[in-house]
Amino acid sequence: MSTILNLPNQQDAQLPKLSYLNDGYGLKSWLLTGDHKRIAMLYLVSITFFFFIGASFAGVIRLELLTPQPDLVASDTYNKLFTMHGIVMIFLFLVPSVPATIGNFVLPIMVGAKDLAFPKINLLSWYLYVFAGIFILYALVSGGVDTGWTFTTPLSTHYLNTHVITAAVGVFIAGFSSIFTGLNFIVTVHRMRCPGMTWFRLPLFIWAHYATSILMVLGTPVLAITLVLVALERTVGIGVFDPTKGGDPLLFQHLFWFYSHPAVYIMILPGMAVISEVISTFSRKRVFGYTAVAFSSVAIAVFGFFVWAHHMFIMGVSNYSALVFSLLTMLVAVPSAIKIFNWSATLYKGSITFETPMLYAFGFMGLFTIGGLTGVFLGSMGMDIHLTETYFIVAHFHFVMVGGMLMAYLSGIHFWWPKMTGRMYPESMSKMSAVITFVGFILTFFPQFIVGYLGMPRRYHAYPPEFQVLNVLSTAGATVLGIGYLLPLLYMTWSLRYGKIAGSNPWQATGLEWQIQSPPLTENFIETPIMDHEAYDYEWLANKHEHEVTTVG
Amino acid sequence: MHISPVLWQFLVRWLTNSALFPPEASAISPYMDAFYFFLILISVIGLAAVGILVFGFSMMYRKDRNPVATHIEGSTLLEATWTIIPLALFMVCFVWGALLYFRIYDPPTNAMNIYIVGKQWMWKAEHPGGQHEIDSLHIPINRPVQLTMISQDVFHSFSIPAFRIKREVIPGRYSTVWFEATATGTYHLFCTQYCGTDHSAMIGEIVAMTPDAYQAWAAGSTSGASLAQNGERLFASLGCNSCHSGEATARGPNLAQVYGSRLQLTDGSYVTVNDAFLRETILNPSTRVTAGYAPIMPTYQGQVSEEGLIDLVEYIKNLNSNYRVQQTLTASQLSPGQVGASSSGSSSPAMNNRTRETLGAGNGRPAKSGTAAPSVPGTVNQ
Repeated sequence: MSTILNLPNQQDAQLPKLSYLNDGYGLKSWLLTGDHKRIAMLYLVSITFFFFIGASFAGVIRLELLTPQPDLVASDTYNKLFTMHGIVMIFLFLVPSVPATIGNFVLPIMVGAKDLAFPKINLLSWYLYVFAGIFILYALVSGGVDTGWTFTTPLSTHYLNTHVITAAVGVFIAGFSSIFTGLNFIVTVHRMRCPGMTWFRLPLFIWAHYATSILMVLGTPVLAITLVLVALERTVGIGVFDPTKGGDPLLFQHLFWFYSHPAVYIMILPGMAVISEVISTFSRKRVFGYTAVAFSSVAIAVFGFFVWAHHMFIMGVSNYSALVFSLLTMLVAVPSAIKIFNWSATLYKGSITFETPMLYAFGFMGLFTIGGLTGVFLGSMGMDIHLTETYFIVAHFHFVMVGGMLMAYLSGIHFWWPKMTGRMYPESMSKMSAVITFVGFILTFFPQFIVGYLGMPRRYHAYPPEFQVLNVLSTAGATVLGIGYLLPLLYMTWSLRYGKIAGSNPWQATGLEWQIQSPPLTENFIETPIMDHEAYDYEWLANKHEHEVTTVG
Repeated sequence: MHISPVLWQFLVRWLTNSALFPPEASAISPYMDAFYFFLILISVIGLAAVGILVFGFSMMYRKDRNPVATHIEGSTLLEATWTIIPLALFMVCFVWGALLYFRIYDPPTNAMNIYIVGKQWMWKAEHPGGQHEIDSLHIPINRPVQLTMISQDVFHSFSIPAFRIKREVIPGRYSTVWFEATATGTYHLFCTQYCGTDHSAMIGEIVAMTPDAYQAWAAGSTSGASLAQNGERLFASLGCNSCHSGEATARGPNLAQVYGSRLQLTDGSYVTVNDAFLRETILNPSTRVTAGYAPIMPTYQGQVSEEGLIDLVEYIKNLNSNYRVQQTLTASQLSPGQVGASSSGSSSPAMNNRTRETLGAGNGRPAKSGTAAPSVPGTVNQ
């Protein structure tokens, strides 16, 4: 099978003498850095750490659900496990995953800037993330928290005796970390584009990150307010959510989902950003319908703010407001469909190769399509009555978040790994792990759709025995999935030392980040680049290579 | 290929027991399942479309066969196509889903009413005839049943997968759901909203019975006093009757036949009196005061349990005349001889004692309550 992979001759290839990686050594040079690339690497290490913590909780949950009886852990422990799985995976992995690592690394280079607009705020955002992680870890080791990641009142405020406030403070701080990242991206995209880089020459990666940043900056404060109210309710009993004091517990649901629905798009839009780059690069074509894909990101961000009450169809919101929110939910599904079809059409008359990032991207397209279409089941008000709060919804959001976002994240990590480290990962091993992840994922989560329609409620420690077969399948799949996630951790680490030297542009991609050395210099560019062509212009790249002067030494 | 005998056993058991769908045991189930098939059909078509495009193009335009890509900018016509077709399909889902939703959540007027109180971690069902159940619910088939539900503590959710219905059970407000069972049998009842430690133990069974069997069960399981009778007792013991006596000069509004009527409030607005309004005005009377009355009623927040509130609501709901309210009231003010003259029917001594205790400050005359309530238990709303 042919490949576009174009590596320098390994006999005499070397990593560049100067790069951001060797610009200063020692812990201090990393912990006090303002360099967006180093901060991205700090993020990469920390979110990988939390990903495997969150994943180990999932492993224990699946192991417990192997049998219908509650036999592996106690009920309280089980409740803490799924709560911590949710909190860690959502706030410490999914929300920062692509933006804070890949986005942080390549966004400034893509727009032709030396760094983000506010390097110190960028570093602060990582420190906030670490503090958030410490609070959440503290809540974990000191006894855990069992509110569910949704912190539902009055359960979280009046009935639980666990470390709710510690965990809430952690999430509160993590929120500010994400606000600062969003703020930095918005200002960078507005103010730091290089000469010639007009809005419609931006890679689609930037458009999607811009939309994400808007959601982060406008949505996250509402989460912060909600958590403060929960903490005040819990400590001094202000009664905002307490019906016996004239408060309304449904108000909490409104406030919480006002953030947490847009948060779904905070998590998935950066994944879509990665897919646009990968699909274009490995089919050697400009993304089909650039404008449509760009504006569909913005449309998702705008509509995403007005669909929150679809989480509450059975909660006694008025039937007519449910009607409006259902309609808007259907509308927000359309831009996602547009993106999927545009990516498919990009393949038409392309020259397609199947490198690892592309395999993950194909995985994304299949799984995200299933995740999106099952979202239509849940957005249809009548069907939602039967499906909500069951395993169907668990399967749905794992298809979007894990099948979609995590596949996209792995696609992106593999895609930009040579740029970040200057070295290639082992190719056949990584292709194998992409396939293992896909198969493991389907086996884990597809049976959950069926068991969900059968009525098995989510967050159940014990379940009726007739659901066991499907749960056994799911647990078996989780084992495969676990291998699929461990493999990249191992071979990526291995490649740091033993991987092939990648050279500046192994994929023959057109983005500005591929026109500079790998790993890049601290300043990114030796001279300010001038953008004189459209995004994804492979003819420009071919011309450039033709006239390139190869310097030796 | 070797297959583990344990796994084989599971597979056989699963395939023989409703492998893909829960039993269809309510009038709404076939409608829900029909919609489900439609949604699956749309999904399969959508997935197939994406799959054919991705696999087809991957075959046809892989680098080996097509070494050079052709530049294509885009196509407005195609963009419009794959905007409009999904939008149209999603709109069909929206309308179909909305119709189903309104069908599930708008109860028919002839539904029999059962009250549900959720608490950590049990379901209490209260039938109007005075049958109390925990973690189970007996219902007749072929008859619409409406559940009026409330939580004593946290959010719960009342779910019967075989009936395809589910509704959040919320602290501090009534929510309702209705269904009409069509097949006898025992079905799962789940709490689907995470509610703390024993969330997964907050389950129960729904026993759908033939109407005759249900009548027999109801006759054999009653606690002796209907909810309305309990409510009447509570009404007297809390002293409600001293103001809500129904007399023209009374300090509180007349409650007879107030249920279902449109009431004008002091701020000029109108409300329809329903269960939720009655409950709310007992707990927070000053928020909504009937026009023409002073806001003098004290709050009963924290003094009446949710079950007590249900009894009161059920009592007021079935209160057709103030005859017995006034009887109770005057009985406590008149001399023993007069009471005896107007008394018809017997009162149990235990009940008299309790009434005497709770009336406290009054002169302790036995209130007439118990056996001859104005409504016939079990026939509410028929």
